[in-house]
Amino acid sequence: MAVSTNTILICAGGACISAGEKSVKQVLEEKLREYALDGVVRVVETGCMGACDLGPIVAVFPEGVYYQKVNTENVKKIVEEHILKGRVVEEMLFEGPQGKIAAEVYEEHPFFKKQVKIATRNLGIIDPMNIDEYIARDGYFALTKVLTEMTPEQVIEVVKKSGLRGRGGAGFPTGLKWEFTRKSQSDKKFVVCNADEGDPGAFMDRSILEGDPHTVLEAMTIAGYAIGGQKGYIYVRAEYPLAIERLKNAINQAREYGFLGENILGTGFSFDIEIRIGAGAFVCGEETALINSIEGKRGQPNVKPPYPAQKGLWGYPTLINNVETFANIPPIIIKGADWFASIGTETSKGTKVFALAGKVKNTGLVEVPMGITLRELIYDIGGGVPNNKKLKAVQTGGPSGGCIPAEYLDTPVDYESLKELGAIMGSGGMIVMDEDTCMVDVAKFFLQFTVDESCGKCTPCREGTRKMLEILEKITRGEGEEEDLEKLEELGKIIIDSSLCGLGQTAPNPVLSTLKYFRDEYEAHVKEKRCPAKVCKDLIRYVIDSEKCVGCTACARVCPVGAISGEVRKAHDIDPEICTRCGSCIEVCRFGAISKVSP
Amino acid sequence: MPKVKSLEDLMKIKEQALKDLKMRGSQKRGKIVVAMGTCGIAAGAKETLKAIVEALNKNNITDVAVIQSGCMGLCEVEPTVEVRMEDQNPVVYGHVTPEQAERIVKQHVIEGKIVSDLVVRKGEV
Amino acid sequence: MEKSVCKEHEKLYRELDEFIQEVEGDSSALIEVLHKAQQIFGHLPIEVQEHIAEKLNIPVSKVFGVVTFYSLFTMKPRGKYQIKICLGTACYVKGADKLMDRFKEELEIEEGEVTKDGLFSLHAVRCLGACSMAPVVMIGESDFYGRVTPDEVPKIIRNYKNRGGK
Repeated sequence: MAVSTNTILICAGGACISAGEKSVKQVLEEKLREYALDGVVRVVETGCMGACDLGPIVAVFPEGVYYQKVNTENVKKIVEEHILKGRVVEEMLFEGPQGKIAAEVYEEHPFFKKQVKIATRNLGIIDPMNIDEYIARDGYFALTKVLTEMTPEQVIEVVKKSGLRGRGGAGFPTGLKWEFTRKSQSDKKFVVCNADEGDPGAFMDRSILEGDPHTVLEAMTIAGYAIGGQKGYIYVRAEYPLAIERLKNAINQAREYGFLGENILGTGFSFDIEIRIGAGAFVCGEETALINSIEGKRGQPNVKPPYPAQKGLWGYPTLINNVETFANIPPIIIKGADWFASIGTETSKGTKVFALAGKVKNTGLVEVPMGITLRELIYDIGGGVPNNKKLKAVQTGGPSGGCIPAEYLDTPVDYESLKELGAIMGSGGMIVMDEDTCMVDVAKFFLQFTVDESCGKCTPCREGTRKMLEILEKITRGEGEEEDLEKLEELGKIIIDSSLCGLGQTAPNPVLSTLKYFRDEYEAHVKEKRCPAKVCKDLIRYVIDSEKCVGCTACARVCPVGAISGEVRKAHDIDPEICTRCGSCIEVCRFGAISKVSP
Repeated sequence: MPKVKSLEDLMKIKEQALKDLKMRGSQKRGKIVVAMGTCGIAAGAKETLKAIVEALNKNNITDVAVIQSGCMGLCEVEPTVEVRMEDQNPVVYGHVTPEQAERIVKQHVIEGKIVSDLVVRKGEV
Repeated sequence: MEKSVCKEHEKLYRELDEFIQEVEGDSSALIEVLHKAQQIFGHLPIEVQEHIAEKLNIPVSKVFGVVTFYSLFTMKPRGKYQIKICLGTACYVKGADKLMDRFKEELEIEEGEVTKDGLFSLHAVRCLGACSMAPVVMIGESDFYGRVTPDEVPKIIRNYKNRGGK
């Protein structure tokens, strides 16, 4: 990351723009480029600084010097004198009260607009190690309300009416799940929180556990009361050590306050929670596999039915929800089902947390109402694709999901629309891909993942995905044949129809969706032996432009296999036979003389 | 801690906690909250936290508490730090390196001036 | 020498037994026990598995089945500092494979191997959930490095070399 030594703020309030701010900014940036300062000095447009009659105003930080009435002429002085030589330009100094400006210059980051925070309402606001701060934000009030004022049936009715659906992937109505488990007759019942967030690219559950662990404990206890359970387990990935530590602390505090344990709030209801740690198996995110893993066995799935609601942990009825689903429960109880159902779309109520990652400016965690478009998510909140690259596709739902091409950016995000496009909501990982991403390579990446993580119990998933991967590898090596594409589609459909659990039933999605929308890229690999995104190593070559190369020898020195030859101050050459396509030479070339080509 | 037995008990805790959150009636004049989720730590939040504590010690400031919190979502600008001073709107700063942390202590905590170029958001959520 | 090794081992087994007592010999806590054992011994050789099977009163085959099923359990020794390179989607898209290559080059080992001095081992791991900081490297259990470039790799390695075996 570039380290900026100075930051220059330019007021972009209405008055200043009309006073000529746009061109001032342009001249400023040109000047900075001229002195090669554009990498180290950050130019930021801010909201109105509130001193419009003296505008446009420019402020230089870290010194905190304000200049007034800046125009296209005198802005050069700021660069040449202040930035370059460190001398304040006295005659331009701002004459108004500075303190007033300092408090007003910034504008809220666009990242926070359009977000509606329900599941992540406390993240970054409370101290996750302090139960009192959770209580200050209405924590454990939902539990108190449930235990003192509501019957279990009423609780289930509220959850059903809210329209909340499972946030872990499949989107099953949460209230129904609770009702089924309640109706199963048994003297023992369990509540399980699925915190085995395995989808690469999804990290909302980790953030909730790390930033607001009590909300999960409170919701699980409410669920325990509703279904008639006595004990809860949180199954967390071992890859999340910080989450585990904070959960343990939260459980201890909740026991101390009497929100867990015997006779909670003096109502006679008893419930306790234990943590179980995973050991690195993606398939354990599947409910029946997860149950086996909690029992201390190999985490392999079982045939459904019976569903966990009938026969789960040690054969007893078990309710399984994921972290984000649980985090929605306390606000629903406090604010009511109608409030929650008023947010979102007809079939998808409430909000969804997405993890924005990949080629997008503002990576991070966002919570938005269901029904927001992908475009709003990626451009208005995410800030778009960096480095002026073009957006190519959005991958949702991890290894079970699919790639949505740029032309569908105006699709509203809800369970049904995404499914129609061949992707899924999944757990909410959203990875943005630009023109430098090869879709065949991406499909191969996900399939590699499922092949590694297939538990091996059923043949279609164990053998079928491996065969699909072999075909993809063949294609990226440039050895693909035209019938391979049909074979991929056929195999994919069979695996979907015949696999035992969700892992296999969704594993072909990344391949099928890219085949559907980016068939031309597959065909380029197969027919022309060409990788349009210039990613697949066997289909590209590195070449040196003899016009641009000055013969500095930097590339020859960095090449690990000695594939680059040439005399000092004369154009160099790369031997494609020796070159391993590691890309080190491109990184060191300061003249932009080396590029990748695919025939 | 006696166990919570009723809504009244819970209300009492909430009121006290709200006071503590807003720092009224306590000895503290303010607090600095460092986002310490995995993403924050990966971006160097541990060093930032250390720098803040050192800067406070160096300037003999004892009435400002330093606490940790979870990830507020805008990972792009991690490490993030929130400064809450008595009777002022809280301010969230982004890209807070140890050097910037020292600046924030000096400028915001001591001199009471907001460090404008690092501000990510202002006000209660 | 021989004797002290045995004594050292005895101490480790005692620590493990104490943990098994804590979980009251509950066989459903097998995965927890294995985590603890791996933390104590560094890896899970067959003798340790036999010991656990006996204490929890379950067949060794069951223990072995669980150890080999989960990717975090290993029967081979690992380095003092385990370098875990996240190969999740976001990290992959941001060039984690290049990081892996650089680590291999600098440490002169392949993925899954241990350096001769026993200090480092190299592992590709599943999404660490810090995608916004991609690419991410985790060393040990709590040291996270975000937005790592291949050029930073030698510096990271040096940091730990300086700490040595401590």
